[in-house]
Amino acid sequence: MAYRANILINSDAPGAEAVYGAFLDELQELALRDEVQVLMTSGLGGQGVATQGVDAIVYPDSVRYVNLTPDDVARITEEHLLKGRPILALTQAAPEVAPLPPPAPKEVRVVLRNIGKINPFDIEDYIAEDGYAALAKVLTTMTPEQVLDVLKQSGLRGRGGAGFPTHLKWTFARNSPNKPKYLICNGDEGDPGAFMNRSVLEGDPHAVIEGMAIAAYVIGAEQGYFYVRAEYPIAIRTLRAALEQAREYGFIGKDIFGTGFDFDLEIRMGAGAFVCGEETALMRSIEGQRGMPTTRPPFPAASGLWGQPTNINNVETYANVPQILLKGGEWFASMGTEKSKGTKTFAIAGKVKHTGLIEVPLGVTIREIVYDIGGGILNDKKFKAVQTGGPMGGCIPEQYLDLPVDYQSLASVGSIMGSGGFVIMDEDTCMVDIARFFMDFVQDESCGKCTPCRVGTRRMLEILNDICAGRGQPGDIELLEEMGKSIMHGSLCGLGAGAPNPVLSTIKYFRHEYEAHIYEKKCPAKVCRALIEYKVDPELCIGCTRCARNCPVDAIAGAPKEKHVIDPTICIRCGICKQVCPVAAIDVY
Amino acid sequence: MKSLEELQKIKERALQRRKLAGEGARARIVVAMGTTGIAAGARDTMAVILKELEKRGISDVVVTQTGSAGMSTYEPVVQVQVGNSELITYGNVDANRAVTLIEKHVLGGEVVAEWQVK
Repeated sequence: MAYRANILINSDAPGAEAVYGAFLDELQELALRDEVQVLMTSGLGGQGVATQGVDAIVYPDSVRYVNLTPDDVARITEEHLLKGRPILALTQAAPEVAPLPPPAPKEVRVVLRNIGKINPFDIEDYIAEDGYAALAKVLTTMTPEQVLDVLKQSGLRGRGGAGFPTHLKWTFARNSPNKPKYLICNGDEGDPGAFMNRSVLEGDPHAVIEGMAIAAYVIGAEQGYFYVRAEYPIAIRTLRAALEQAREYGFIGKDIFGTGFDFDLEIRMGAGAFVCGEETALMRSIEGQRGMPTTRPPFPAASGLWGQPTNINNVETYANVPQILLKGGEWFASMGTEKSKGTKTFAIAGKVKHTGLIEVPLGVTIREIVYDIGGGILNDKKFKAVQTGGPMGGCIPEQYLDLPVDYQSLASVGSIMGSGGFVIMDEDTCMVDIARFFMDFVQDESCGKCTPCRVGTRRMLEILNDICAGRGQPGDIELLEEMGKSIMHGSLCGLGAGAPNPVLSTIKYFRHEYEAHIYEKKCPAKVCRALIEYKVDPELCIGCTRCARNCPVDAIAGAPKEKHVIDPTICIRCGICKQVCPVAAIDVY
Repeated sequence: MKSLEELQKIKERALQRRKLAGEGARARIVVAMGTTGIAAGARDTMAVILKELEKRGISDVVVTQTGSAGMSTYEPVVQVQVGNSELITYGNVDANRAVTLIEKHVLGGEVVAEWQVK
């Protein structure tokens, strides 16, 4: 039967039980038990603000009584529930609720602020947006120590992946006694699917040049190098034009702003080796040697390029610097989280509706990036995982959708920030196949110096290939884990130390998929060709012969008007039959 | 560059020039020409825009370029500003759309809402 009134009591408050009991007693007394329902509930919705005491809401009137004791109950029951007169003295006046502020924009553009706005080939367009004002301020009014103080206050950390505090890096290089000192901008952005740095170099090159000039002033360098991969011809062309203009206007060169400070920049092109994004390999490459990492220590700040003190940061780190010096360290530190300040650019790729480049304050959740900014998963499929930090990062599963994106949180789930790759995978992605893809990449890019990385990644790839081909054996998963750990510990640079990450993280979160491949010879996502089978549903097949006519290997038998059958021993799992079937009779099993 | 004053002067000049480009010219068309834009066909879009303006004998429309701001799904991205009105961003502007935009928005002053990216 329907009740004419309902009373909801907040069960979280101490004393709620007593109030509940009192209501039942009073209602019994007045013979209202059949007309009024009393319910205990955890937390009350509706109007008004929760108090520390026992609150109750009477519906359908939506009257909220606050801080109730059992003594109040008799009055409420008699006056309100019997006679229909709410006791206003026991209610809470509805507080003046200020209108909600508009939702804070998820994206905040600091590094990307000028991109899409200014003409990168016109230095005056950059100057119109306060360009080179930070350099002017620094050179004419600040000491290097003051610049370092502002940076320290800002909390800026290296945006290339490791997240080392920028002010410390600069301090080390500044305190190194040897001269000359060098400055390097790492623009060797090699992570598959990542193009944040390219966009900055192509859209706002002067911001990076200005940041570098400030860094040079702080550490005392007179020569700097841009190291940009040759696969970025448009970035290089833009940068070259920007350097020419900056030189013409006197922002780089001799006696900048009449302060006697000299600084010039050159471009060096990388020849395509992924490992050259590693700082020691990168410096060897600039020196004209083979791009292979060397041991640290000595760190670049002590002995870097040509054995001289060197500061190396990535494109995004430098691009942040002018803004921080113009607007102050506090402004920058007001964005982001406790330990990860400011904003970060990410390249959103994969199975998401809006792919592209974003910049968000650190600490936004993966869910906000995927659903609010990325627009959700393509074709409204289910989110499965996100791979952050490029081929040395880890895959983060659905259960961590609400994880804040910052240096610590990503590390806590076995991934890294990296330079900002953000590859989103849906339910149709096979995690073993993904791990194999990344292992194939790092195996290819291993420079070969350290045996665990050179041989180990090869062996791991072979095992993964076997698993995907249906030749997986019991013990493979354990072997992968063991080898992964050994490679991490036995490699010199970040490439080897991170190479097993995609495999280890997918084993950690998607072990069942590995097991399905090995023990059941099934690919749950129906991706691995050796483990799937195309079949014709005889109930649905209309015998139109279209599949048989389109099959490239003649694996389908069947006469017109008869049920067709696919021979799995001939079938190459190309999927064409499924695409052409007019009645959707063919599916993957 | 020798002093703050010199920098300030250039900034004022640049801002002035920007305004003039908006005032003196009838409209401004900005094509995003980063790698993502070019990969999606921004060079063709740019060429068609220049050709179309020439064909119609229009010389008071400023055509410039900028970087690709990140809306990769919508490249090529073209921004159009007529007079001092709002700058409108359009997505997926291929050659056909570019011609229509010149006709409808630049010359006709009518925003083509269905291609707009917000």
